[in-house]
Amino acid sequence: MDLGFYALQLLTGLAYASTLFLLSVGLSLIFGAMGIVNFAHGSFYMLGAYFLYAFTRGQADGFWGGLLLVLATGFVIGAFVERIFIRRVYARPEEYQILLTYALLLIIEDLVRFFFGTGYRAFPMPQAFAGPLFLLGTPFPSYYLFLIGLAAVSALLLGIFLYRTRLGAWIRAATQDREMLEALGVNVPLLYTVVFGVGIALAALGGAALLPMQAATPGMAVDAVINAFIVVVIGGLASVWGALLGAVLIGLVQALGVLFLPEWAMVFPFALMALTLLLRPWGLLGRPPAVRT
Amino acid sequence: MSLRIEGLRAGYGEIPVLHDVNLEVREGEVVALLGRNGAGKTTLIKAVMGMVRVFSGSVAYRGRELIHLPLFRRAQLGLGYVPDDRRIFPELTVRENLLVAQRPGRWNLEQIYRLLPRLKEIEHRKGGLLSGGEQQMLTIARTLMTNPQLLLLDEPTEGLAPLVVEEIARLVLELKGEGLPILLAEQNLKFTGQVADRAYVLETGEVRLEGEMEDLLHREEVAALLAL
Repeated sequence: MDLGFYALQLLTGLAYASTLFLLSVGLSLIFGAMGIVNFAHGSFYMLGAYFLYAFTRGQADGFWGGLLLVLATGFVIGAFVERIFIRRVYARPEEYQILLTYALLLIIEDLVRFFFGTGYRAFPMPQAFAGPLFLLGTPFPSYYLFLIGLAAVSALLLGIFLYRTRLGAWIRAATQDREMLEALGVNVPLLYTVVFGVGIALAALGGAALLPMQAATPGMAVDAVINAFIVVVIGGLASVWGALLGAVLIGLVQALGVLFLPEWAMVFPFALMALTLLLRPWGLLGRPPAVRT
Repeated sequence: MSLRIEGLRAGYGEIPVLHDVNLEVREGEVVALLGRNGAGKTTLIKAVMGMVRVFSGSVAYRGRELIHLPLFRRAQLGLGYVPDDRRIFPELTVRENLLVAQRPGRWNLEQIYRLLPRLKEIEHRKGGLLSGGEQQMLTIARTLMTNPQLLLLDEPTEGLAPLVVEEIARLVLELKGEGLPILLAEQNLKFTGQVADRAYVLETGEVRLEGEMEDLLHREEVAALLAL
């Protein structure tokens, strides 16, 4: 095996990490700002893929418009779900959130089966990424670069949004003390709607962006939410950079695991998560829970 | 009239802490709530904001009933709440702590820094890294950034060194001089004597005494109720 082969593996890992990041960062934001454990997060990732398929009727030439439409629809659906469902359980014990979001997961899965059937929905590679590129003489799909670029731009924009805008400062403040933020006159219920919308929009974008590489199935939601939780546990809840780090680690561990110990590859992400929980239960970039006096 | 509380019963869960409390804060007036720990001072202030359960009674601000308004609406109407446990956003810088609270009006970043130059010096420090005195200054300044028309100050001198207490007293007197009405929960009688016009003394959730601050300062029952 030559160097090009390893480089390709690395790139594959990063491309996978990119969709993982888009998937998990919203989960992390939503938990951080709102305290909601969203078991349905992977379902919106799946919806993103199916929506791209539906909006474009499976035609590659509608890809770019379709992606934007998925992003916008994701935000609207997220905001709607927060207003109609999630809002009702803030004041209740955590079991209620888990029951509610788990119910959403089941409902969305059945809706997808109902409207799209149980089979695969594949999407052709968009024209712009038709040919391979070469890295150290090894061909690789140019779409990998798109995925990596998409995640990098999203992370950058999200960073600017959270650290350079007033709305972002509110979201960070809500992560630390929601009631106090509201006592300062900030409409926190509306802020929650926006946070949930943004988180869901990113997940939907992640699901849609993966569609040309991997066909959509009704079962992908459960896999996705498990992966998202692994990423977020490793990186640290409520941290954008934690989600980024967690996604890259899992992406690389998966890619290299397949290479060296293929029969164990499935286990590595879980092992990494277990190790994190043992050594740093609040995640690599998370904060230990503050002790309130 | 800035604030009028009538027949207020409030508390946590099924348990009322306050029983039939009546209280008024007029425009431009500093009113103290005196009482021991557990007398209900914090509960009363939180009830005005809607942060505890109100069983019955009325809380009217400038003639408007607040009972059914959400917390952020009360703040937007002009209620400025300064919690006793400060509740600075620990991961936000001093500057960010101030900016998240900003609403249009007399107070902005520049005015706050002029009033409290120390905050300007540490503006890029994270809230969680401040000293107790700095946190207390910041929590008051942060609420001022909302440009409140009524300030609810919960035990601002708790746990602070005498020098810092004096600084807080100066700050409160300055705000009073601008005509800002203040409802102040306190145990520190000396501090309260410096700043308050009138006072209510609470014991086990009921108002035992009320009157002009000057008179109350010299009454033995007050000392007894405060267990001094």
